[in-house]
Amino acid sequence: MKNLKQYIVVTFLSAICNLANAQPTGDILITNGTVITIEDGVMEDTDVLIRDGKIKQIGQGISVSGVETIDAEGQFVMPGIIDAHSHVGLDAVNEATNPVTAEVWVGDALNPYDIGLYRALAGGVTISHAMHGSANAIGGQCETIKHRWGVLNPEDWRMKDAPRTIKFALGENPMRVHGERHDVAPRTRMGMEQEFRRSFAAAVEYKAAKEKAAKNSKGLTPDYSLRLETLADILDGNIIIHCHSYRADEIIMLMNVLEEYGVDKICFQHVNEGFKVAPELAEFGAHASVFSDWWAYKFEVYYSTAYNATILTRNGVVTSINSDSRELIRHLYHEAAKTQRYGDLTDNEALRLITINPAIQLGIDKRVGSLKVGKEGDVAIFSHHPLSIYATPTYTIVDGIVRFDRDGDAGDVRVDIDPTSEIPAFYESSLHNHEGEGCMQGVYLHSHSH
Amino acid sequence: MRTNIICIILLLSAANLGMAQQVNKGKQGRFLITNATIHTVTNGIINGDILIDGSTIVNVGEDLNDDSAIVIDGTDRRVYPGFIDSGCKVGLAEIGAVSLTQDHNELGTFTPHMEALTAVNPSSVHIPITRVNGVTTAFTVPGGGLFPGKGALIHMYGYTPESMSAGFQGHILSWPSSGRKHRWDKRSDDDIKKDQEKAQKKLNDFWQSVSAYAKMDNPDGYKPQLSTLSEVANGKAKLLVEVNKKEDILNAIKWVNDKEINAIFTGVAEGWRVADSLAKYDIPVITGPILDNPSRDSDRYDAPYTNAGKMQKAGVLVAIRTNESDNVRNLPFNAAFAANYGLGLEEAIKAITINPAKIFGVDDQIGSIETGKLANFFICDGDPFEMKTRISHVFINGFNIPVESRQTYLYDEFLDRDSGTKIKD
Repeated sequence: MKNLKQYIVVTFLSAICNLANAQPTGDILITNGTVITIEDGVMEDTDVLIRDGKIKQIGQGISVSGVETIDAEGQFVMPGIIDAHSHVGLDAVNEATNPVTAEVWVGDALNPYDIGLYRALAGGVTISHAMHGSANAIGGQCETIKHRWGVLNPEDWRMKDAPRTIKFALGENPMRVHGERHDVAPRTRMGMEQEFRRSFAAAVEYKAAKEKAAKNSKGLTPDYSLRLETLADILDGNIIIHCHSYRADEIIMLMNVLEEYGVDKICFQHVNEGFKVAPELAEFGAHASVFSDWWAYKFEVYYSTAYNATILTRNGVVTSINSDSRELIRHLYHEAAKTQRYGDLTDNEALRLITINPAIQLGIDKRVGSLKVGKEGDVAIFSHHPLSIYATPTYTIVDGIVRFDRDGDAGDVRVDIDPTSEIPAFYESSLHNHEGEGCMQGVYLHSHSH
Repeated sequence: MRTNIICIILLLSAANLGMAQQVNKGKQGRFLITNATIHTVTNGIINGDILIDGSTIVNVGEDLNDDSAIVIDGTDRRVYPGFIDSGCKVGLAEIGAVSLTQDHNELGTFTPHMEALTAVNPSSVHIPITRVNGVTTAFTVPGGGLFPGKGALIHMYGYTPESMSAGFQGHILSWPSSGRKHRWDKRSDDDIKKDQEKAQKKLNDFWQSVSAYAKMDNPDGYKPQLSTLSEVANGKAKLLVEVNKKEDILNAIKWVNDKEINAIFTGVAEGWRVADSLAKYDIPVITGPILDNPSRDSDRYDAPYTNAGKMQKAGVLVAIRTNESDNVRNLPFNAAFAANYGLGLEEAIKAITINPAKIFGVDDQIGSIETGKLANFFICDGDPFEMKTRISHVFINGFNIPVESRQTYLYDEFLDRDSGTKIKD
């Protein structure tokens, strides 16, 4: 009898907890669209049913009552777009105080009020990889977030149980921030290599000391260091490395270092010269997340080519196209299409760059990235084929809930309004400072240069 | 001995003949493009031929015949006038982070005598990359101070800056803004207002000097900042005013009317808010980039996309620019987004062809495909706004430019790379 009482109490409490569950899911039926599943072909006049935030059924003539229905006749239904490199929705991006800051985590600085998140939704993006910046050789851990616009608790934006990821950075940025500005190594690409080696060596020692102490009941455990814990987790294969990189030689360098330490989970980011070492990347199994056509903003990207994504794809590297920008994130469907101007990727290959491939790179491809029964109900609907320049996003759905609806857009969708401000936030449309917006945010707090 | 020398001479000549030219160069001549769908812009769409000779379009029509011309078969292809970017930095900026490669931002608040044209780098790697997407002409501008200098309209081909000139240079005024500069501009509202008022006073005081100088018959001394602006003060030359915020646009309209200045407004991100005023005072507008974020957090997400269309419908003459230094090649896609969000396809094409030509006063030379105009056009196999479309030919000043750039060379080399020498340990 006592057990039954306990059982009832526990069930009652869990029910209340579920009611308060703020990672909401919904039911929705999308009818008669051209469904681009990504992994199972393109189906015309097809319906997609989402129940409790999961894709329940894909087929023709699905009928179900009492479920919100979207008529997608004449429109194109694809998986929600995933941006593998973003800093939108973050209050802080760069802990630029040390070349190695593996202990920090952007999840501590999520900002669900950032209007850029809504504007990403308006471009069909349902998930973004909110990242630490590129000021450090080993930066902080990142967070994969679902764009649940309107949900105010930052905790509820996190994609639960998504694999841990961490930011590494090679090249000019960490060398400029630490070597040039503060006379702290690394200043050269030689020094960059040694940052990784000494960090991994320290982690190996830390792990060994812990194991030794565990075996010896009288032994002292080493001082707890979240930095070393995180580095040890990387060595154990529990964190996916996302490495900002440009030059072919530094990419090779890192792959060699990782190979020595038995680490193989790496996605290079930007990797503008990846096309020069595409076969090597493919052989290692490294992934690449690239710009469609940004280049020339620094010397290390002077020898870029807009054909990068095509060359990488054709050489067997899992490639995605990302934004690293509050502006580009709004039209990643257009950026992906550029591989059909700068190269000859097929429709499916081009769309993979913004769906299943970034999902693979973030370790969430079992859950999202394609329209499949059982996967999460993240969908983007377009007026035309998404790779056509005339495509207009009409609906964006996250976990079965409509988070963007073009016809129902309220115009002013801010959830945080400063009542004391007279001058509305207004930003001069100036030359795009590519990295001031992206990877180098917050580094130069007092002198923001354009 | 003599036979030896003869052999050597013969060998050397043979070697010279055998050395084929490895670099493709632009060639002028007499060309006949046949059987193409010609988007003239000013005379509708013609299914026919274009005959060019040297730098000029000699004839446009059906069944043109010319035995001496090199024929380019335009069957199933389209021809468009070369696209014009009416505001960017191509040729003045090479690598963003390397400041000594940036030639558009001189020190000083009042430097209207700076001439961007002479600083253009004809060998800039950006130039071929720009023209392979059909952008044949660009207005490249200085920036920085209140009067940063004169921008220059240049064609994307030439070995010296003068030979690239497209016949227009324009003075720039950066209107003192009453808005926040960017997301990290943390000045208080009061400080922003004070800074704007200070800058406005500087502008007004300076303009007084300019006006006074312009009225003098024989002014003494070397005062290039003042003398260069006389033509604007006298209403003979246009002034391009970079202004974006609604209140600033309205104030700028008052200012140019009061000073009787012939103005073109550039930027105009909030033009849609005051489109009627712009139309009323016949102020042509160069706006862009279209692919930009809304200026206010409270704005509808697609405000920049719909801006051009709203202004055009109110009667404003609208041209589109990228305001880019690295990716002027994205001009067609900026125009395409404007087309898709209210401007419409036909007006979008005009916004990057005949409209900027009119605004810069060179519509007798470029901006459309008409007999007598400059042979600036490109040939493609579909809608030039769509990604899948391929551009096969680019003509600038009648030169048949190879559709190549460093980025295509890298594609050719690395798509299917050999293994190099691999050292096995």
